Amino acid sequence: MSAEQAFKARVHVMLKDGVLDPQGEAVRHALGGLGFEGVEAVRQGKVIELDLTAADAATAEARVREMCEKLLANTVIEKYSIEIV
Amino acid sequence: MKAAVITFPGSNCDRDLAVAFEGAGAQVVRVWHKDTELPAGVDIVGLPGGFSFGDYLRCGAIAARAPIFSAVAGFAARGGHVLGICNGFQVLCESGLLPGTLMRNASLRFVCRNVALRVETADSAFTAGWKAGQGVTFPVAHHDGNYAATPEVLERLRAEDRVAFRYLDNPNGSMDDIAGILSQNRRVLGMMPHPERAVDAAQGGRDGSVMFRALVDAMVNA
Repeated sequence: MSAEQAFKARVHVMLKDGVLDPQGEAVRHALGGLGFEGVEAVRQGKVIELDLTAADAATAEARVREMCEKLLANTVIEKYSIEIV
Repeated sequence: MKAAVITFPGSNCDRDLAVAFEGAGAQVVRVWHKDTELPAGVDIVGLPGGFSFGDYLRCGAIAARAPIFSAVAGFAARGGHVLGICNGFQVLCESGLLPGTLMRNASLRFVCRNVALRVETADSAFTAGWKAGQGVTFPVAHHDGNYAATPEVLERLRAEDRVAFRYLDNPNGSMDDIAGILSQNRRVLGMMPHPERAVDAAQGGRDGSVMFRALVDAMVNA
């Protein structure tokens, strides 16, 4: 049995392309109000960091993917990406 | 008729929902989110409004994975009736018992007022007390009630007569003016407006009592 190692995983959750993001749109307007010109679009998402142990990086990533599918992202409207750092 | 009302940490309409069921003649059992089984003989499960688990992660996301929810999902799979109001609707969508999702209101504002609705179908135990096309007024109080689903899901809801209520003056940007939808077997209803806050004249209206009476009638005669 291989020893468990510690990993940090970083999950980025974003609305899927084409899903309207009213919060991002409000941020874009606010930036315009501050004089930041030329901001074409703003999309707001979430970053979730997890400290976990697993046999290796591939196993850690597979477990985090399962967590994304079951809880961390709502795959009806959100997409996610995983970094093992 | 026995109704189970689930309380999650942050639920705040659980008592109102229990009172509405009791007012219609139902016996109500209060169930805690850490329970793993529903009481025996339950006819309907109520998922109340509120801010379960502080709306952390996404509204309803954590409640839909709470210990009691496996029992609720099993109850629904066996043909049990489930009523989810406001946060309860969000929980039903997060659990997959109803399709689609509830996003932040298009205005980005919390809306808290009475809204006029059209009852779109009388073909469910929830809506059997009305005629299709009839108008009702219920309060809404939410920040994330903007119903969104794929074009295929919306088409299916329309084709199968599963839109239970539509807004006459859409307060949150919901696609197709949807305020409430039914499951395919018509026994799970999720809706953003609050019928349980319209069961007593002192609340400003009694339109909601029609739903609770219809439910009790349907279950007593079942």
